[in-house]
Amino acid sequence: MNVLNFVNAFFGDSAHWHGYDGIPHRLLEHVQYSLTALGIAAAIGLPVGLVTGHTGRGGNALALVATAARALPSFGLLVLMFVLLGLGLLPVMIPLVVLAVPPILVTTYEAVRSVDPSPVDAARGMGMTEPRILLRVEVPVALPLILSGLRSAAIQIVSTATIAAYVSLGGLGRYIVDGLYQRDYEKVVGGATLVAVLALVTLTVFWAVTRVAVSPGVRRSA
Amino acid sequence: MIRIDSVTKRYPDGTVAVDRLSLEIPDRSITVLVGPSGCGKTTTLRMINRMVEPSEGTITIDGADISRQPVNSLRRSMGYVIQNAGLFQHRTIVDNIATVPRLLGWSKDRARARARELMERVGLDASLAKRYPYQLSGGQQQRVGVARALAADPPVLLMDEPFSAVDPIVRKGLQEELLRIQDELGKTIVFVTHDIDEAIRLGTMVAVLRTGGRLAQYAPPAELLSSPADSFVEDFLGTDRGIRRLSFFTSETLELKKTPIVAVDSTAEQIASRTDPDTPYLLVTGLDGRPLGWSEPEDLVAGEIETERLLPYGRPFVHGKDSLRAALDAAVLSPTGWAVAVDGDGQVIGAVSQQTIGEAIRSAHAEGRDDAKVAG
Amino acid sequence: MTGFFDIPSDLQHSWLGLIGLHLREALLPVLAGLVAALPIAQLCARFRWLYPPVLGVTTVLYAVPSLAFFVVLIDYTGQTELTVMIPLAVYSLVVLVPAIVDGVRSVSQETLAAATAMGFGPLRRYLQVQLPIAVPAILAGLRVATVSSISLVSVGALIGNQGALGNLLADAMFYHRPVLAVNSVVTTAVLAILVDALLVLVRLVLTPWMPPGARPKRKAAARPEPAAVAGEEAAR
Repeated sequence: MNVLNFVNAFFGDSAHWHGYDGIPHRLLEHVQYSLTALGIAAAIGLPVGLVTGHTGRGGNALALVATAARALPSFGLLVLMFVLLGLGLLPVMIPLVVLAVPPILVTTYEAVRSVDPSPVDAARGMGMTEPRILLRVEVPVALPLILSGLRSAAIQIVSTATIAAYVSLGGLGRYIVDGLYQRDYEKVVGGATLVAVLALVTLTVFWAVTRVAVSPGVRRSA
Repeated sequence: MIRIDSVTKRYPDGTVAVDRLSLEIPDRSITVLVGPSGCGKTTTLRMINRMVEPSEGTITIDGADISRQPVNSLRRSMGYVIQNAGLFQHRTIVDNIATVPRLLGWSKDRARARARELMERVGLDASLAKRYPYQLSGGQQQRVGVARALAADPPVLLMDEPFSAVDPIVRKGLQEELLRIQDELGKTIVFVTHDIDEAIRLGTMVAVLRTGGRLAQYAPPAELLSSPADSFVEDFLGTDRGIRRLSFFTSETLELKKTPIVAVDSTAEQIASRTDPDTPYLLVTGLDGRPLGWSEPEDLVAGEIETERLLPYGRPFVHGKDSLRAALDAAVLSPTGWAVAVDGDGQVIGAVSQQTIGEAIRSAHAEGRDDAKVAG
Repeated sequence: MTGFFDIPSDLQHSWLGLIGLHLREALLPVLAGLVAALPIAQLCARFRWLYPPVLGVTTVLYAVPSLAFFVVLIDYTGQTELTVMIPLAVYSLVVLVPAIVDGVRSVSQETLAAATAMGFGPLRRYLQVQLPIAVPAILAGLRVATVSSISLVSVGALIGNQGALGNLLADAMFYHRPVLAVNSVVTTAVLAILVDALLVLVRLVLTPWMPPGARPKRKAAARPEPAAVAGEEAAR
């Protein structure tokens, strides 16, 4: 039996489509964890990245924090939080957020920094307030890069939330972890397929958001 | 009037960008700040809209100290044009131009209507309104920059090397356009450039700054050319300032000779009657009165004038409109040494020799007369 | 005694042994990824039409979660080190290709024209001009790939104790010894930082011509996608 057979068998089994361990419920769980973590990480990373990028201050400190945060192994952090804090959403959210903040923060900072200074100078000379310069001049131009940072964070969250099943969390990772434990390879491959599809859907969503949100003037001159 | 009163800009590291500079910038005229890099010209400009705050001294506009005005409303009352236009790449042309009116709280429709009006004023085709900056050439982008600065009809326009990044031909077009717009609108323009030719071409007053931010000379361009204050200004003006100064003398005073002109359909008698020992050549004109070329009288056979065998006539000057410099240039370029004078429609009204132009130059210099600036 | 360095005997390795194992599982794939990425990147830089589709494929591959990747491979390579190392090699490849392409492309047209005018052949020009100038970008990519790889090896613990230092995490849960988890996290992080620092050092040695403090150039706002992926998709 090859992988495709497993996939067919998994999705063909109607028992996998309802109930607490059914695909819709597990998918919903996974999406919920991911969105929550992404929301928290964005709430931290975006404002800090925008302000430091606009003022140009704190870039070195930021790079240091990002390098340190990147060196932390997310799976290790997940297990550590679990053994320290026990079962629950918090021990999972902490590593997911720690994981997602650096790409958002650093990319946003870089994105705003790399905006051509002359329109910013022109805007200031025309009497725009600083917040307005940031939001109306810098952000629209930096948007593709900012979105790519958010995308990286989202992809990593979806991936790591899968591993969270190991510490008894729900989500699509359950199929993989339970399947490995039960030696039910059909379930393992089914879960892996779902997770991969979710990751690709995430990519697609970000691609679509970029198409809609980025001005054609920025998209095409890029 | 903008008055800059012994203003100094000193940076924390000790560099002095502008050193006790005082200038009175007259209303409704173009004042050019010119000098080599590091002379503080841009810093001076940016102190007028408080992009840079002076370390010492004051700047007043119509008597009001600008340091006491809210900085953003001060800036909104001045147009600001920079080198690479600094357009917002995420906004369409019309929305770029509408920026300041929108900042001032105009409705979107009114701001856009105003923007379209300005596009026409700066010579941009209305079809470009919905384009994005990347779809425009450098020269067009710079026009958008000027339109954007004019959008809220500010009395003051600050221009920081606005035409430096475009090629010479486009630059000349933009300069002409600026002079035309200035004729119509009469703004108080402060213009920064490192190009002395541009300064002389555009400025009503020119301030030459030297490295270290000190004023070397502040004078109308003709005076700058005729009596540079010191060797720095003289060097900065370049070697041909004498010739360039001729741009400020009108060709109106040149006495034209009308005799050496024959129409292409002249009779033998007419040709003979035009022959004159002082003018060894005759200028043949077409039936429309435009010049065709020069010829020695003996080579002209009535009824059989071969226009393609005539000597070229160079480039004619418009009598009264062009300057003595244009007339001299026309004479130098003509193989016969005679300049062809035409009227506004390009019809020949006379010819003038290098010698006559030389006399006119001598007398103009002697009178120390500098006429109001003439084109060309 | 359940001290920091007391490693449960079921792991069959000492602490240092685990570190060695971890480094091997993390670094060999990066090396393999680099060896594969160089020719692919060169093709992409040479034939520009090739780059967008390659970039699309790499982005998609990188999005596939590591655990999913591991378990699908079990069917082919079993619960072995190889199962962990193959995905890591793919991730490294995917990070390195855009980094190298951007680096090679960041060499200015003037520089290339000057090299050609001086009589460099295409191969010589690539080896002596383009590649050295691309070194900062390549090493930036290597840093990301390496740190990410060191972090991801731990996940191998889920597929039959193939996670080296990550196996400590399984034991931490099994024996309820949080200190093992602390050991795993701290050791892995320190390894990542040390290897990262080593790569920075390598960069400094290889590029004495770079002004201190300068960073590999990211082409302003132009084509932000690949650089951002290479720069920011780190540990998952």
